[in-house]
Amino acid sequence: MRRQDSLWNRVDWLLIAVFFILVILGWLNIYAVVYDAEQSQNIFSFDLNSGKQLAWIAGSLVIIIAIMILDYKFFDSFAYYIYAGFLVLLVLVLFFGKEIAGNQSWFVFGPVRLQPSEFTKFATALAVAKYFSAKNVRLDKFNEQIKSSLLVLVPMSLIVLQGDAGTAMVFISFIIVYYREGLPSFYVITGLSVAIIFILTLLVDQLYLTIGVIVLATIIVVINNKRLKNIGVTILMAIIVIGVIQSVDYVISDVLKPHQQNRLKALVNPDADPLGYGWNVTQSKIAIGSGGTFGKGFLEGTQTKFDFVPEQSTDFIFCTIGEEHGWAGSFVLIVLFLVLMIRVVFIAERQKSNFARIYGYAVAGIFFFHFGINIGMTIGLFPVAGIPLPFFSYGGSSLWSFTILLFVLIKLDAHRMQVLTR
Amino acid sequence: MIENRKYIIQILIIVVGLIFLLKLFSIQVMDSRYKMAAENNVINKVVQYPYRGLILDRNRQIIVHNTPVYDIMVVPKEVEVQDTTTFCDLLNITREEFQSKIQKAKEYSYIKQSLFYPQLSNEEFAKIQTRLVEYQGFYPVARTVRKYPEPILANGLGYIGEVSKRQLERDTTNYYKQGDFIGISGIEAAYEEELRGKRGVKYKLVNVRGIEKGSFNDGKFDTLSVPGNNLVSTIDLDLQKYAEYLMDDKVGSIVAIEPSTGEILAFVNSPSYDPNMLAGRNYSKNFGELNKDTLKPLFNRPIMAQYRPGSVFKLVQSLIALQEGVITPSTRTVCNRGTINCHGSHTNEDLHGAIKYSCNPYFYHTFRKIIQQGKVEGMNKDARVGLTTWNNYLSDLGFGRRLGIDIPNESPGMVPGPTYYDRYYQKDHWNFYTIFSLSIGEGELLTTPLQVANLASILANRGYYIQPHMVKGIETSDSYYNIQYDRQNTGIDSVHFKTVVDAMGEIVDGTARVARVKDIQIAGKTGTVQNKNSFDHSAFMAFAPKENPKIAISVYVENAGWGGGVAAAITGLLIEKYIKGEVASNRAWVENYVMTKAYLNNL
Repeated sequence: MRRQDSLWNRVDWLLIAVFFILVILGWLNIYAVVYDAEQSQNIFSFDLNSGKQLAWIAGSLVIIIAIMILDYKFFDSFAYYIYAGFLVLLVLVLFFGKEIAGNQSWFVFGPVRLQPSEFTKFATALAVAKYFSAKNVRLDKFNEQIKSSLLVLVPMSLIVLQGDAGTAMVFISFIIVYYREGLPSFYVITGLSVAIIFILTLLVDQLYLTIGVIVLATIIVVINNKRLKNIGVTILMAIIVIGVIQSVDYVISDVLKPHQQNRLKALVNPDADPLGYGWNVTQSKIAIGSGGTFGKGFLEGTQTKFDFVPEQSTDFIFCTIGEEHGWAGSFVLIVLFLVLMIRVVFIAERQKSNFARIYGYAVAGIFFFHFGINIGMTIGLFPVAGIPLPFFSYGGSSLWSFTILLFVLIKLDAHRMQVLTR
Repeated sequence: MIENRKYIIQILIIVVGLIFLLKLFSIQVMDSRYKMAAENNVINKVVQYPYRGLILDRNRQIIVHNTPVYDIMVVPKEVEVQDTTTFCDLLNITREEFQSKIQKAKEYSYIKQSLFYPQLSNEEFAKIQTRLVEYQGFYPVARTVRKYPEPILANGLGYIGEVSKRQLERDTTNYYKQGDFIGISGIEAAYEEELRGKRGVKYKLVNVRGIEKGSFNDGKFDTLSVPGNNLVSTIDLDLQKYAEYLMDDKVGSIVAIEPSTGEILAFVNSPSYDPNMLAGRNYSKNFGELNKDTLKPLFNRPIMAQYRPGSVFKLVQSLIALQEGVITPSTRTVCNRGTINCHGSHTNEDLHGAIKYSCNPYFYHTFRKIIQQGKVEGMNKDARVGLTTWNNYLSDLGFGRRLGIDIPNESPGMVPGPTYYDRYYQKDHWNFYTIFSLSIGEGELLTTPLQVANLASILANRGYYIQPHMVKGIETSDSYYNIQYDRQNTGIDSVHFKTVVDAMGEIVDGTARVARVKDIQIAGKTGTVQNKNSFDHSAFMAFAPKENPKIAISVYVENAGWGGGVAAAITGLLIEKYIKGEVASNRAWVENYVMTKAYLNNL
């Protein structure tokens, strides 16, 4: 078998093409953020984020080649070791890491800063895939649900300890994997319901909401008055819902940190304090909104360039797209991401091996959460959470981790026909 | 069942993407709010203040120009002062002042510039400029204030000050903004619209910290400021300077007019002030002090002070009587010194002599002839007709009303008419014998120095005047035009002026010898304004030369005794100065006489 040649032919070129388009657009966009018409700047200059990002991109090419050269069975075989290794790093970073922007999550080696939590997503994806593929896990069993969820909850908790709630939140994306692998709908529905009720509570007075729930429960009881069991369930549900409603205050004021409380408040009503906690969302929306249909043109943005938008190179990078390229540009970007994610799901579904399929879903879920939360927060649909937009936000750790996530899937996919011959 | 979940997941992904696109469509395409908010965010409107127009004298010498001053602005967010004491010493302020100024700036805005210390002069700024850069958050901003090379003409020029709330409310053109400067009095106020120019605006891109990042749209919407027009005033700078010098330590006024044009050559108020006092950062402090000064330097005497005209008024009575035909130049009256006293040794003068000797009984009878012409049955009713006629003449001669000089706050003076006496004595319960003190310029009569100077002008022109004014032309950036003033006729025929002017010509050989100038025929008249409880005011009115006059003048010096004294001396000196260019050395004693009198002690 002419292995090298056949690998070249077997990789999914569509996904690779989307990857390169996004990386190049992301790089140009980072240049747009730092661009200053009054200074003669070179996009390749290492004084600029764009120059540094180019170095990270070069590094990711090396990583891609390394992944392609490695035996595809490596990831399956070493999944737990990789996972364990990163758990150790997550613990170590708590003691030896450097605190940057309030997060104790960085290892610093000279000019290079790395964030192990970014890579832990990949490691966890491998571990989850390995776990579910190794034996016939029955996710409808409560026992299994608890045991398997630990795989995700342990790294998640360690990251919360670093103070990086945003990155930790991404681990919730594994619910998509669990769902696909047979987690009862009940969990998903309950989770979604709690989230919806929680947000409703922020928007509507608690008293009205409580009355509404009681009225709704009463109506359901009256309609279903024939079956005693249903009445019991309905009443039980109503009591739980009312409990959630009443707990919102407690959760907000006692569990969440003040800046997190403000981010929730800003989501519900950004105009209440546009210069205070509403600043980020307000300025972000102004930047995106000012782009109009076709945008102000590449390098012509003013809101992002003049620092009105905070974290403009990293978390709020989407503002630059919205401002300089308008709705048309945003449309292209979103469609590219949708193509990427749907393609990943498609690839996951065509896998013969469980490991590769489950891993594929983990990748889809992680991309989906980053995409959804990041863009959602810049346009005021989600509370501000510090997580990057894949390939666009400035930063090596995030670029490398997304590259690894994606290309390991491409590698596994390229060898999907070999699984049977094993 | 579980196989369907792959579709649910894909649908979920697509639905989130669609929600984003819809939301983006609503804020990017549908909602224009964000675009406006963005412009407000980044575009800083910088007003370009225009240069206020200059004021030049009649020979285009500069009377008022602009000088740069530096406002020290502060951005509280950027302030870093390690050693507050040194910094305070630099600006010569106390620590408390420093704190309260910073506090005030913070209340205005934490990130925007606001005024920290106003109007450092060029010299003051040069001293601290190099050290100021050591302190972050402080920025000098250049602007201009008025500057007066010579400390003269303060009351005529007026001053400018920050526009008041009331002015802002009344400003229907919306030209003015808070903090703008506006002419408050004098020429500065009267010609505000010429002087102010047009504001320009520069739109600058700024970042979130207010730091400029270039111009907006390459300056497409920027407008340049247009400097104000220059005013060419009628003032003769040298004459004005000399006149103010002569009025040193005296209270009073001088108005000198070119009779053929109505142009005011000199306009002196004394005591006055250095106009530089009301330009610059000490404006309010200095204004307060000037306002409290008991000698009232802000009171614009040439147009606001009202004196009884005294003997000067005999000229007016003569002209009216001649025009009415109730006397002729040869009419004689016995100086009986009965009802009304007289001075000097004369017994039975004609008009010429009566003016020359300022004979009181002569004008008593002349005024009677004007008032009681016997045109109507009944003495009281007849007096009403006579006084009305007399009133009309006075109005034509510029008395009892504003002459309309081109600066604000002119007083009208006072000429009592029939309605005035009706109020005091009931209707038709008065006649000549009630009001006879008007005949020699006493009684209720009040005139301003300007009106008297204008009378000199009428006499010089033999019957007409041009409305007196301080500005004769306007100089724009590419053109110059004169302001036109019409000739005002007084209703007195020029033939009637001969006797009066001839008599005036002899005054300098008689009572006002001190005013005599070699080779210049001066026609003048003394006027002594009597004061009950203190020294009389010295007044003199003249024009010269008698034929083809170049200058008409009135001089008032308060509490300086009789008119033939210091007022006449000043008049003579000014006429000599104006016509000959300098005062002859053999008349230095006159100047010395004027300068050594300390009339302020008479107050």
